[in-house]
Amino acid sequence: MTDAVDLPIHLTPLTDAHRDLGARLIEFGGWLMPVQYNSIIEEHRTVRERVGLFDLSHMGELYVEGPESDAALNAALVSEPASLAAWRAQYSMICAPDGGVIDDLIVYRLGETRFLVVANASNAAVVSDALAERLDGFRAVLDDRSLATGLLAVQGPRSVEVMTPLTDVDLGALRYYAATEGTVAGIPALIARTGYTGEDGFEVFVDTAHTQALWDDLLDAVRGAGGGPIGLGARDTLRLEAGMPLYGNELDRKTNPYEAGLGRVVKLGKEGEFVGRAALEKVARDGPARRLVGLIVEGRGIARHGHPVWSGDRRTGFVTSGTQSPTLGVPIAMAYVAPADAEPGTVVDVEIRDARVPARVVTLPFYRREA
Amino acid sequence: MVPTDLRYTKDHEWVRVEGDAATIGITAYAADQLGDIVFVELPDAGRLLDQFAAFGVVESVKAVSDLFAPVAGEVTEANPELGRTPELVNSDPFGAGWMVKVRLTDQAQVDGLLDAEAYDALIAAG
Repeated sequence: MTDAVDLPIHLTPLTDAHRDLGARLIEFGGWLMPVQYNSIIEEHRTVRERVGLFDLSHMGELYVEGPESDAALNAALVSEPASLAAWRAQYSMICAPDGGVIDDLIVYRLGETRFLVVANASNAAVVSDALAERLDGFRAVLDDRSLATGLLAVQGPRSVEVMTPLTDVDLGALRYYAATEGTVAGIPALIARTGYTGEDGFEVFVDTAHTQALWDDLLDAVRGAGGGPIGLGARDTLRLEAGMPLYGNELDRKTNPYEAGLGRVVKLGKEGEFVGRAALEKVARDGPARRLVGLIVEGRGIARHGHPVWSGDRRTGFVTSGTQSPTLGVPIAMAYVAPADAEPGTVVDVEIRDARVPARVVTLPFYRREA
Repeated sequence: MVPTDLRYTKDHEWVRVEGDAATIGITAYAADQLGDIVFVELPDAGRLLDQFAAFGVVESVKAVSDLFAPVAGEVTEANPELGRTPELVNSDPFGAGWMVKVRLTDQAQVDGLLDAEAYDALIAAG
């Protein structure tokens, strides 16, 4: 099942553990990763209803440090990291001068002069290079610790129950999009209340030397709460239901944040120059040429990445991601369409093989957990 | 060991022949490789299938795969249960998860297919 690739494939510290658990392993973003341990649908439901454990050690961890690290990141990214309070996080993007998205990121502020930028595995090297270049002239340095850092995520309504006995951190005080240093299973870690599933949960960054020990203890605890390990297959269906973009599907170099419905991330009001500002100001002024929407397929068939979307006889766009929603029990998709077709309630057709199948534009996300 | 009363293809379809009637499905190995099957697209009764030509589609959560006809024939019935419960293909691939029934046009084609022993050897070889 694994496609041949030319580049060497990175292994996380848990490759053997995944194999022992019966995982199906695939190449993803240059890493050998578990796509599923058993059933994607079962794993999806486990996270929605109880709790799951993810190996996300493929993600890129880029530390930016120095007295001007805040100003440097303000200039490098479209968001405003300098406005972050210490130990808080924000969703961000790094754009090219033309406004195209190089990657979407989470930026954590780890004190006054230190930040952690988490990049997608497939883009980690490109982001690392771009950041290094953009820090030039600022009193800030980049420390790419992607290969030295393990990342595990505990996600689902029972995440607090799983983590509480294992950590010295007061999880009740750790808000969504906040982070803190502490220990988990006795291992020093950075613990963040972030995720990519639409559920409550935590992401735990550790030194690769400790990834295996942390995995073992967290897996025991997760299983004790009725959960189990979760592969990238369910991670994809979970994030899709939660309306979260996946780089390479909803986001790429030819897409700007406004098209993706992420204009709120771009802080045009911040002081100073930043890469992409002029192009993004123009998009903000003129409006995007296309918009990302949610679709619920109302006929028979599943919309998939690349399927054309039609409005009558006019090709209005294409599907970026699609699957059968395990939670809703209907086919869902995200797609780019012309702004005129982006209003919720609009009916379009998705071209699925030889057929045109009706689909309704809906407001994202498809799934929102109860507060 | 797969059922010994069926014949198989390298594409992991099976066929059960009773007189000139043949029932077609995908093997347990194929269903397992695909994962959770969430959609099956099958031809209507009356469609003529060519041997080894694509006749339908099976979709799992992650992937889309074509179905190939092990034998030529005219479709007499598509499994009506798979519209509502495509997961039958995972839970009972050699039974309730059957795909189509056809009237054979060339009985001799069946003899060219793999028997259970040969198919087992194929999947054992990966």
